[in-house]
Amino acid sequence: MSTLLEVSGVSVSFDGFRAINNLSFRIADAEMRAVIGPNGAGKTTFMDIVTGKTKPDEGRVLWGEKSVSLLKMSEAKIAQAGVGRKFQKPTVFEDQSVQENLLMALKKPRGWFPVLSYRPSDEDLAKVATLADDIGLGDALLRKSGELSHGQKQWLEIGILLAQEPRLLLVDEPAAGMTPEEREKTTDILVEAAKTRAVVVVEHDMEFVRRLNCKVTVLHEGSVLAEGSLDHVTSNQDVIDVYLGR
Amino acid sequence: MNRSFVARNPSVLIFLALLALFTLGVTILSEGFGVGMISTSFVKTLGKTLCLCLVAVAMDLIWGYAGILSLGHFAFFGLGGYMIGMWLMYERTRLIVVDALAQGSMPPTPQEVVDGIGNQIFGVVGSSEFPAVWAFADSLTLQLALVVLVPGLLALVFGWLAFRSRVTGVYLSILTQAMTLALALYLFQNDSGLRGNNGLSGLQNLPGVTASQDVVSMWFFWGSALALGLGYLLAAWVVSGKFGSVIRGIRDNEARVRFLGYSVEAYKLALFTLTACIAGIAGALYYPQAGIINPAEIAPIASIYLAVWVAIGGRGRLYGAVIGAAVVSLLSSWFTGGQAPDIPLGFYTVKWVDWWLVLLGLSFVGVTLFAPQGIGGLVDLISDRLRPDRHGADLGPDQGSLREKEARK
Repeated sequence: MSTLLEVSGVSVSFDGFRAINNLSFRIADAEMRAVIGPNGAGKTTFMDIVTGKTKPDEGRVLWGEKSVSLLKMSEAKIAQAGVGRKFQKPTVFEDQSVQENLLMALKKPRGWFPVLSYRPSDEDLAKVATLADDIGLGDALLRKSGELSHGQKQWLEIGILLAQEPRLLLVDEPAAGMTPEEREKTTDILVEAAKTRAVVVVEHDMEFVRRLNCKVTVLHEGSVLAEGSLDHVTSNQDVIDVYLGR
Repeated sequence: MNRSFVARNPSVLIFLALLALFTLGVTILSEGFGVGMISTSFVKTLGKTLCLCLVAVAMDLIWGYAGILSLGHFAFFGLGGYMIGMWLMYERTRLIVVDALAQGSMPPTPQEVVDGIGNQIFGVVGSSEFPAVWAFADSLTLQLALVVLVPGLLALVFGWLAFRSRVTGVYLSILTQAMTLALALYLFQNDSGLRGNNGLSGLQNLPGVTASQDVVSMWFFWGSALALGLGYLLAAWVVSGKFGSVIRGIRDNEARVRFLGYSVEAYKLALFTLTACIAGIAGALYYPQAGIINPAEIAPIASIYLAVWVAIGGRGRLYGAVIGAAVVSLLSSWFTGGQAPDIPLGFYTVKWVDWWLVLLGLSFVGVTLFAPQGIGGLVDLISDRLRPDRHGADLGPDQGSLREKEARK
C-alpha cells in the first residue's frame, strides 16, 4: 500500500496559541483511521489544514503518488484532487432536494461554464438513486433535505462525500447525535467506503471507534501522542493520563 | 427530473404569457397603434417599468439566488444608458450640424462637421473637443456592443478584486455602494467627458426617424417587453440546472460548496458579470424612453431602491422581482407625480410627495419583518392549497424530521 497523504512537521498558531505542534501523520490508500483526542487537541484544525482552509506556519502536506504539495492549492482544487470532508454539524443544502444535493456532488466538471449547460443524464440519475439507496434515503430523493431528520442529514452528507468519489474522506464526528441503530448503519457505510479509499474519522465516542476496528491516532496539544490499535493506545499510560483518565 | 425545461418551470410559461398579453393590451390601447386610451407618456412610463423589471431580475439573480447583496447594480444600468445615449446624441447632433452647414456656400469638410458636433454637445461644459471616451460614438454597432461590454468589464474587474479577497456580506455591499458613488462623483465632473451634471439629453429622439413619439414610444415599449421576456427566460434557465444549485448553495453555505470542489469565486464572478450585462441592456432601453440621463441616476440610493423592490416583491423567485419592481415603481410615480390625493388631518395635511418615502420605508420594514417572502409569497398561498394536507404529521420519512407546521416557517 502506497502513501496517499503525508503530513510532516506541520505547525500552526492562532494568536500565539499553538493549535498544531510539529504534527506528522500518514495514511495509505484504502485505509481506515480513527483520530481521537480531548477537546482542543487540534483534530478539527488538522482537517482544516488538509482541506486548505487553514495554511500552516511550517511543515509539508504531500498528496498522492506524485507527492504534490496541497499547501499551495485552494480549497476547491484540493477537493477536486480527491479530498472530501464531512463537517461535525451536518451541513447539507437544506433548501434543495436530496437529489439536487447529490447531483451537485457527483464527480463531474466543476467549472462554471460546463455546469451552466449541464443537465443530468439518465446514468447520473441512476447513480444518484443507487447512492441514495446506500445511505437509506432511496425514497426521499425529491424531499427537501431540510425536512430530513438529524441522522438522515448526517447520512446525506456522507452520501454527498461518496458522490464526489474522493480518494480520502475526512469525517468529523459522524455519529454525533445519532440513535444506536443509526450509529450502526453509519459504521457500516464508513467501513464499506474504506474498502476502496482512505477514511479518517474524528470521533469522541470510544464504542464507535471500537466498532470501526481500525488503527487509532491519539492527538494531544497539537501533536501525535500515540498510534496503533485501539487496545494498544488505550493501555498507553500517556493516553490514560490526558484523555481516558479524566 | 429529465422532463423539459418548461415542464419543470411552469412559472416561466405563465410569466411569458402574461407579459405577451400585457404587451398586446397596451398596444391596442396606445395612441400610436390603437384606440388611444393610454397616453404616450404613460406608455413611456410602462416601458420604463419593464426595464426596471429586467434590472430587478438581474438583482434577484445576484441577491436572491447567490446571496450577494450588491448595492451597485444601478451603476451598470446607468452605464448602459450612457453608452446608447452617446450614439443617440452624437448622431442627432451630426444631422443637425450637417443641415446647418449645408446652408453655406462651400460644402463642409469632415473636420468642420466634427468640430460643429463637438461645439453643440460640449458647449454646455465650456469645451468643444471630443474626449477619448467618445471615440466610437459615431458607430451604432460599436456603442451597442459597449452597452454590454462596459458594464461587464467594470463588473469583471470589480468582482475579481472583491471576490478574490473573499469580501462577503455587508462589507461587499458597502464596497458596491462605494463603487457606484465613486462612478457618480466621477461623472459629475465636467472633464469626465460625459457633460458632467448636465448628462446626456434629447435621447427620446431617434436620429433619422420621422415617426412621432406616439409610435417611437411603442417601439421602445416592445423592445423593453422583448428584452424582459428574453432576460427572464435566460435567468430562469441559468438557475434551473446545476448552476442554480451551486449558486443557491453558495448563498446558504459558501464553505461547503468550496469543499465540494467548486471554485466559489469563479461562480460569483461569472454571475456578477452576467447580471451587470443584463443591467446594462436594461439601462440602454430605459434612458431613450426617459429622454435624459445624468450622474444623479447612478447615485447610491438608486441601487438601494433596487434592493427594496426585490425584497418587497420576494427574492429568490424571479417573478417576485418583476412584481416588486413593477408595483413599487408604478406606485412611486403615482404618489410622487401628485396624482395621489392629499389627506387633510385638520392640523396637518399629508402630502404624498413628501410622505411617499416614509410609506415605502415602512412597507420595506414591514415586509422584512412580517412577510419575508414578499408579494410573490402570495403565490405560495395558492400552491399551498394544492399541496397534500398532512394533518400536521411529520414531513420526513423518519422521526425527528420537521412537522408540517414547522416546515411552513
